[in-house]
Amino acid sequence: MSFLQINELHKSFGATHILKGINLEIEEGGFLVLVGPSGCGKSTLLNTIAGLEPITSGEIRINGNKVNDLHPSKRDIAMVFQSYALYPNMTVGENIAFGMEIRGVPKAERDKAISEVANLLQIGHLLDRKPSQLSGGQRQRVAMGRALVRDPQVFLFDEPLSNLDAKLRIDMRTEIKRLHQRMGTTIVYVTHDQIEAMTLATKIAVLKDGYLQQFGTPAEIYNDPVNMFVADFMGSPAMNLIPATIVTEGNRLAVKLDRSQREPVLLPLSAPPAGLAAFSGRNVVFGIRPEALTDPDGADRNASQLATSDCHIEVVEPAGSDTFAVTELGGKHVVARLRADANIKPGSMTPLAFNLTKAVFFDPESQNRIK
Amino acid sequence: MSVPSQDNAARTGLFARAIIYSALILFAVYYLLPLYVMLVNSLKPLDEIRQGNMLALPNQWTFEPWRSAWSTAQIGVSPTGLKPYFLNSIMMVVPAVALSTVLGAQNGYVLTKWRFKGDNIVFGLMLLACFIPFQIVLIPSARILGLLGLAGTIPGLILIHMVYGLGFTTLFFRNYYEAFPTELIRAAQIDGASFFQIFRRILLPSSGPIIVVTVIWQFTNIWNDFLFGSSFSSVDSIPITVALNNLVNSSTGVKEYNVHFAGAILAALPTLIVYIVSGRYFVRGLMAGAVKG
Repeated sequence: MSFLQINELHKSFGATHILKGINLEIEEGGFLVLVGPSGCGKSTLLNTIAGLEPITSGEIRINGNKVNDLHPSKRDIAMVFQSYALYPNMTVGENIAFGMEIRGVPKAERDKAISEVANLLQIGHLLDRKPSQLSGGQRQRVAMGRALVRDPQVFLFDEPLSNLDAKLRIDMRTEIKRLHQRMGTTIVYVTHDQIEAMTLATKIAVLKDGYLQQFGTPAEIYNDPVNMFVADFMGSPAMNLIPATIVTEGNRLAVKLDRSQREPVLLPLSAPPAGLAAFSGRNVVFGIRPEALTDPDGADRNASQLATSDCHIEVVEPAGSDTFAVTELGGKHVVARLRADANIKPGSMTPLAFNLTKAVFFDPESQNRIK
Repeated sequence: MSVPSQDNAARTGLFARAIIYSALILFAVYYLLPLYVMLVNSLKPLDEIRQGNMLALPNQWTFEPWRSAWSTAQIGVSPTGLKPYFLNSIMMVVPAVALSTVLGAQNGYVLTKWRFKGDNIVFGLMLLACFIPFQIVLIPSARILGLLGLAGTIPGLILIHMVYGLGFTTLFFRNYYEAFPTELIRAAQIDGASFFQIFRRILLPSSGPIIVVTVIWQFTNIWNDFLFGSSFSSVDSIPITVALNNLVNSSTGVKEYNVHFAGAILAALPTLIVYIVSGRYFVRGLMAGAVKG
């Protein structure tokens, strides 16, 4: 049975419809990441779970109990805010204990809880400082400490890492994951960073314009995107979305990718998705991730559908661990991800292997996946 | 070239600097001269003033005019000096300032952090209170004080000053709290703090600068008020501004200018002290809301 359940949730601010019928659920101990571009409603959704924003219609259940009308403090949740929201007039220790103080927990018990959390997060030496005397990473830890000390049923994180510099962000990401594995508490986490979403989540919900686009495991979201928006949003570098034509070659379907001043690339499909036959002779969008488009030596040897074609390399971008090459297909710049030591020169014709097992097709009109 | 401009006041030449300082000194003298005249003449016997040289230092120093102004000068019909009226003013100003500041802070809190439908209209109406001339409300105020049985009393004056000050104090606190991060309020809500707990524990401790601004503003305005004081007071609730007027304008006996000067300084002293003690916070507080920290 699911632990946190959101049914047909609608939220409007006046005439503006922010959330348009969201259905989500996460099992106990799960890590749900809400991801989407800014303005998609993900923070609003988190605030409605917290009870900081009233909902217009629908239902939110935590551990089976309907919490729609409960005050935030009665929902047994804890929240970590983007700005950390540490009380500036209180020390770190007082910040962590404030909730307990309000609930009338005795001093001795409070001190014990503070020291436990401080040990867990290694902030013991900071307890007597004011938030203004802390660095960004330390504030982040204190904010998490304040949430942890409540021992809630659900943790809510609102873009907690977006104010940190790049290196610290990766460290804290690992730390959050480690904490989650250790505590096993259910977490709902909002981010606009798809890498954070992929690395942390057990389930990802992709939102756009107040609609839930797709809800699934990170692997499902990454490998089986339901539409072009999800395909484009998740993954870095982004999936190549190439205008293409489906043609029938003998009794087999093939993808034709036009190129300027060159022969089109023709990729035969041995196991196309069932819906693709109906698109024979029509335009589709051919989606292939950079790592599925590589030098033949570096291609996945287990791939059942591999097609190779000579491509004109326009730009080569060595990135240390990989080398990215840009070619032109269907009027788009297409990124291929090659081994770091791949011998490749800009301006040359180089064979690239298309791993068609990983390729996906979209209807250019509805933008939906062709299954 | 990307050398930063060096053309600022600290680096200008000697000549320009001399001009700047002369101008500053000139204006300082210009503004300080009245205070000087008041001070030296309040320390002279009346005869020396009559001889005509207002700017001269006293030949014979005396504190008698101060003592007289404070405790024996004829005010209206009784020879009490300014002392009882000074105390009246203190008893009026302190509660009026405290109440209008606390209520203004709560209004600011509600208008920024507990938004409700029509809150901007309410704020607009409160703001309007800052622009209503005192004279317009004299008669309605007198009527209300009469109905409440507060006519001619210090509590009546407190009420009038509190209500009149609320527009300003609400404006100050509302603008200050507008820049206060809402996430802090939300964090406290999740921590279970109530409406007043959030106000007292989270908001007020961070409101130092704006409290100083409001207190100085309210203290100066209420202490210096003459119109309400003369309209709504009776014999035993007259504030010091009105008493000073009665002292200076008394139509009987000799005009004791030295006592008048001493009395005027006495009446101005509290506001002067408030400025000297907390003036630097005033400027800091006015700036605080301007730049988001």
